[in-house]
Order: sequence, then structure tokens, then C-alpha cells
Amino acid sequence: MSAMQSGQAATDKMKLRSTLTALGMLPVLILLAVGFHLLSGRFLSVNNLSIVMQQASINTVLAAGMTFVILTGGIDLSVGSILAASAMVGVIVSLWPDIGMLGIPAAILVGLGCGVVNGVIIAFLKLPPFIVTLGSLTAMRGIARLLGNDTTVFNPDLPFDFIGNGSLFGVPWLAIIALVTILISWVILKRTVLGTWIYAVGGNVEAARLTGIKVPLVLLFVYSMSGLLSGLGGVMSAARLYAANGLQLGQAYELDAIAAVILGGTSFVGGVGSIWGTLIGALIIAVLSNGLILVGVSDIWQYIIKGLVIIVAVALDRYRLKGLGRT
Amino acid sequence: MSTVAAESRAVTPVLEMQNISKTFGNTRALTNVSLTVYPGEVHALMGENGAGKSTLMKVLSGAYLADPGGSILVSGRPAVTGDPIKARANGIAVIYQELSLAPNLTVAQNMFLGAEPSRAGFVDRGDIRKRAEPILKRLGIGFSPNQLVATLSLGERQMVEIARALTTDARIIVMDEPTTSLTSRETEKLFEVIAGLKAHGIAVIYISHRMEEIYALADRVSVLRDSAYVGTLERSELSADRLVSMMVGRDLSSFYKKEHRAATQDRKVVLAVKNVGDGRRVHDCSFDAFAGEVLAIAGLVGSGRTELARLIFGADRKTAGAVFLDGRELSLHGPRDALDTGIAYLTEDRKGLGLFLDMSINENINVGVISQDARAGGLLDFGKAKKRADHAVSSLSIRTKSTSINVGALSGGNQQKVLLARLLETKPRVVILDEPTRGVDVGAKSEIYRIIDELAQSGIAIVVISSDLPEVIGIADRVLVMREGRIAGEIAGSPDKPIEQEAIMALSTGPARRDTTSAT
Repeated sequence: MSAMQSGQAATDKMKLRSTLTALGMLPVLILLAVGFHLLSGRFLSVNNLSIVMQQASINTVLAAGMTFVILTGGIDLSVGSILAASAMVGVIVSLWPDIGMLGIPAAILVGLGCGVVNGVIIAFLKLPPFIVTLGSLTAMRGIARLLGNDTTVFNPDLPFDFIGNGSLFGVPWLAIIALVTILISWVILKRTVLGTWIYAVGGNVEAARLTGIKVPLVLLFVYSMSGLLSGLGGVMSAARLYAANGLQLGQAYELDAIAAVILGGTSFVGGVGSIWGTLIGALIIAVLSNGLILVGVSDIWQYIIKGLVIIVAVALDRYRLKGLGRT
Repeated sequence: MSTVAAESRAVTPVLEMQNISKTFGNTRALTNVSLTVYPGEVHALMGENGAGKSTLMKVLSGAYLADPGGSILVSGRPAVTGDPIKARANGIAVIYQELSLAPNLTVAQNMFLGAEPSRAGFVDRGDIRKRAEPILKRLGIGFSPNQLVATLSLGERQMVEIARALTTDARIIVMDEPTTSLTSRETEKLFEVIAGLKAHGIAVIYISHRMEEIYALADRVSVLRDSAYVGTLERSELSADRLVSMMVGRDLSSFYKKEHRAATQDRKVVLAVKNVGDGRRVHDCSFDAFAGEVLAIAGLVGSGRTELARLIFGADRKTAGAVFLDGRELSLHGPRDALDTGIAYLTEDRKGLGLFLDMSINENINVGVISQDARAGGLLDFGKAKKRADHAVSSLSIRTKSTSINVGALSGGNQQKVLLARLLETKPRVVILDEPTRGVDVGAKSEIYRIIDELAQSGIAIVVISSDLPEVIGIADRVLVMREGRIAGEIAGSPDKPIEQEAIMALSTGPARRDTTSAT
């Protein structure tokens, strides 16, 4: 009987869904990695994996900040521009004799400052995050260009170049920073009061207010965090390139960061998601970029394929969430 | 029960659902449920939340596919199941709790939404209007088919939904708790419309928790319990005791609890509200709430009760007046301040304003107090949280296997208890409960009454906002009645002279006591 079969199929579907939910996008990541290895024969080499980790690292850091923001139901479009401005400041300060290491805190503080400004406007003036950060995306890009008089600033003797090019016990510093960022984010989100508040605000902002949660402070924190991590991303970029360019650096980074968060299963309306998902999302994007190059796909097709993967992945996500609603 | 009497009717049933079962994964939502409905009858479907009423109706409307083995006959002919479009073509229409109208379109456009009469792809507005008019007239509806739905009240929108059902020649109309958000006048109007539907031979399946409505409307009542069919009562057999015991599976000796009275000899004012208003919907409200007392605020929906509560709680800003706790004037800048001083508020909109549906029961209970439980550095204390949650689950008898499952998986009554637990964890001196038993089944209702009674006994001042008059009379020591944003009067009860329903109704609908010409 067809009805019987469909009943059985429904049970199978339920099982499939709950398995998918538990694993998130990890199977997709593994599938991609194995697929590229079979196609190219050298994807899963130690050397290449180290490159992939480096490529993923900056986006992972930005996406970690973006995860905080999206968990509250917001968005931060300004991360790429903030990264550029921070990198500019980082390189400029690094040129100061003897105290060039101050470039690191300077860049991070610039990022934090921008994030605080975003946060104050969104939390206290209650303007929509999309519009506010769209504005700062444009404004910060201008400031980044202004900082170097619209030229590239170089420092061939960058005092903190080990961050971009060195490694510790064979693991690139960039990857270590990204992993530590993820770990700290995980602690904040899952182990602290603040983390619970972030999920609560994203899940039901009015209920959060009536429960006594100070919603503006939570919003201020997430945008500040996103700004701070953008500043850290600026340090990482500068350290890798020994240079910064206010016009080109960090262009469209916000899109990769958002894509990583969404690939990681974080709900775009807030309240649901995990930082580990974001890590996997960032890795998927890096694996795709690296793998497609290894396989020899042209630049143009790389864009098309990456775009499609994001849409398919989010479609899968919808399917998972639908299953959750009924259990 | 009287299935024999029902079967002996000569008429062919308009609907026979036989041996319907539905499982979701390992959960049985329906077990061999049968339901027979005759043309022109109002058939009430009752049961606690989670008993399977909504699932059964979703099977009927085709939203769910029933497990194999059951069958649905419409007017004696087998109907295709699991297909909403076929179900509608068979004359089955469901009026959902969440109304599904497009507010930016007119009444007539909404009635024909998705089935617009068209000529070569062009919608003929005049034709739509012409077809809509007789249906609206038949329902005795006062508004024009050209009116925008956005300008209609909730009750009027429901009428549009019903009118929409009639455009497809519905023979069976399912109404799932249609009166939850209606005023009493709108409810009356709905009842008239239902009587009209009956007269035209249309069967109405009516889901409701409210006994008065069942008495007023139902020809027969079927009861579901724990996803199974319990029985059907004829109108002549109806009694509250019988229905409640069928729904709960045991007798409820005393439904309302009012044992706290003995303890309230020394009356101490805890909360004093003086001339509070917001300049818009609440004007010049003053009252005192005493320790160990249950004070009810009655009044029609829209009379400003919730707004007043939110002003006291600091959720909205008041423009006039003052609130005193233990004689000290409060200056509240938001809910956090209110909770810190000892005022807690339970929202009437459980899902919209109360719960975090993506979070666990544990987190939902603890979210208001985690900051005071936290260890250094704001780290969560999971041990304390679990202890609080477990304690709340047992003391409020929240029915769940574990506190780590999502709160969204609980029934309405248990969700309400989770919210109660959350606000009680803040150790309040004053608790304002806004419609605490709305959408809650009978069993959970009596448990919530027990909790309220115990809280009162422990010396907390309780303010209950409720539209359910039997409930108000059952649990309150004193009743304030609000009308048009003002307190229209106060009725105090005593053991030998209980509060009367008529007195409350008179105050909530009658002319305002105060001079309204001086209103702001």
C-alpha cells in the first residue's frame, strides 16, 4: 500500500533529519575534502591542509564575530572595511621605531572602537543593524583609504610578521589564532551568562526584555565583539602581507563571513546556532576555494560554484529545521 | 455514552472518521480515533492540550497524512486523505487560530483569494464583489466587501474567514478556539453566525476549552484524551463534572482553590498604585494590593488591563502617577528594575512575549536569575541552574521527562508553568498574572489555581488579570473592574456573600462611574 510505504518513508525521513541535525555541515566538509582529493590527488597533503587552514583563518575570525551578531538577529556588514582600516593603522604604527609591536593593540583597538560605535547606534538609537553597518561599511572604507592617503603602506620589517607567516610546532600562527578565537567564543556563548542572554535576545527580544535582560547592553557587546575581531583580522592580514591597502583589503569579506555563519547552521533570524558550525562553514568556504584551484576550475566558475553551494547548503538547513519543529 | 442514539439517526453523516491513527517518529499523536458528524450539527471537540484535537483536525484538513488503516468518509463517500486541496474540494474548511488573511486586500478579495473568478487571466473585481455580497448578507455581516481587512477587528476578520469557507461550499467548518481573542460582543455575533450555518445544514466542528461556549452551542461533544477517543455526549447529557472527568480521566473535587483566605487576617498593603496613566489607554488608575490576597482585574478585552500591568511593571513608560512597594515610591526604568524590587509579571502572550522557544526548559526557568547565580567572570553555574530547574519541575508539577528538552515541546499548560517558575525564581513580593490560564487545559488550570493559592498563603500579593469570569469569582478575594482605561469599580467578596458574575459584567459594560468629560 502506498500509504504504508509513505508512513515508513516518513519514519526514515525523521531519522535522516535528526542525524543531519546532530552532524550539521560536517559531512559536507568531509565529502568536499575527499572529493577534491580524489580529483586532484594532492588535496589531503599536510602541506596543502596547512595552506587551507591559513586561508580559512581570517574568515574564521570574522565569522566568529559575525556569529555573535547573527545570533541576536542582527547583521554586521562593516567587518571588511573595519579590517582594512585596522590593518592600515596596524602597519602605520608598526613603522614607529622600537615600539612597532604596538601595531597589534592599535589595530585591535581601532576595530573595537568601530564596533562600539556600531553597537551604540544600533542598541541605543535603535536603528536597524543592516542600515547602520551598511553606512559604516562605506564610511570605514573611506577612512581606511584616508589613513594611507589612498596608497598602499608597506613595512618589510614588520615586527609581528610571525603571525602571518610563522608557525608553532608546525601549525601556522594564523590557524592557532583562529582556533583560539573559536574556543573563546564557545566559552562566551555556551558557558557564560552573557552567552545565554545573546541566545535569548535572538530568540525573542521582547521576552528577553520582560525577563529583565538589558537588551541594549547585549547588542552593544555583540557589535563590539564583531568590531574587535575585525581588528584582529586586520592584524592577521597585515602580518601576512607586510602591507595594507585601504581600497582593496577586505573587500567583500563580510559576505564570506556571513556565508560561513549561515553554512554553519546559525539561523538568520537569531537564537539558534553554534560557533562550531561557523568554524565548519568557514572551512567549507576555504576548502572550496583551494580545491577548485587545485582541480583547475577557472576563476569565473569558482564564483558560480561557491554561490550554488551556499544556496544548496541553506536549503538543506531549512529542511533540517523543519524536522526539528515536529519532534 | 450515547453512540447508539447517534447511530440511530436516519441522516447520512456528513463526516465519518474511522480508526484514525497518526504517529510522528516514536510519538503517537492519535490512536484509533473515530468521529462522526451529522449535517447541521455543532459538534464540539474537547480535550486537554496535547490530547490530539489539533492533530485530528489536521488529518481532516489534509495537512497531515494519517497512518494507514483508517478512513475518512465525507457524505458516505471515501475521501482522499493527506491532500489539503482535495479536502477543500470535499467541502472541508478550517478556520485557524492564526488568521490567514491578507490585511492589505479587501474583504471580497480575501474571500476569493487563490480562487479568483477570472476572465482570460484578468480578475474581475466587480464579479468578486457581486459574488461576495450574498454570502456576507447570509452571515448577517455589517461591513462592505470593499473594506480593507486591515481596518477590521479580529472578530470581523474571523467572519471573513468563515465567509471565505462558504465561497467553496464548505459542508464542514472546523473552528479551533475561535473566541480566544474575541470580545464578548464579537463572541455573541460568532454564535449567531454559527446558528445560521447550522440552519443551512453545515456541520461545525468546534474546538474550545470554555465550558460556557460548549453549553451554548454544542449539539454533541466528543472528548479526546491522551491521543485516544474517550466518548461522545449528547447535549442532554452534558455536565461540567462529567466533561472534566472525561478529559482529565479522574474527578476534580475542588476546581478552584481559595484556602489562603484564612491566613490573611492582618492586611498589609504591599503594592500601592496611585493615579497611574500613560495618556493613551490607561487613565488615573489607583488601587492597593494586600499581602496574601488574590486581587483580580476584570474587564473587557481592550479595557486597558494589560496596559496597566505593563506600566506597573515598567515595561512601558507611565506619564502620570506613582507606584509604591511597601510604602516606598519606585522609580522603574524597565522590567529589570521591577524584578529587582520584587514585582514580577506573567505575560498574556506566552509564546510571543514569554518563552524562548528554541531554548531548553532549564534555560527558560533560569534565564532571569542566571546572573545572580553566576560564578566569577560571568561563568554559568550549571549545577545551581539544574537544581533550580529540577525543583521547579517538581514543585509546580511540570510534566516532562527532562529539563534539557526544548520548551516548545511542552503543552500549553506546562509552558505556562515554566513561565511561572521563571518569575517565582526572582522571589517576588508582588506577582501580576495576565490571563494565567489562557489556552491551558483543565488539568493544568486546576494546578495553576493551586499554585496561586499557595503563593497567596506564603504572603505574596497576587494580581490576576482574567477574562474568565468563573475563574475570577473562583479564585479572587477582591475584583477590580476596568472599563475604557479606568477602574470602573471594585467588588469585594466574602465567604457568605460571594462575588457575582452579573455585578462584574455590569461594571465592565455599564456607564463609567467617573466623569469622562475631564479625561485627558
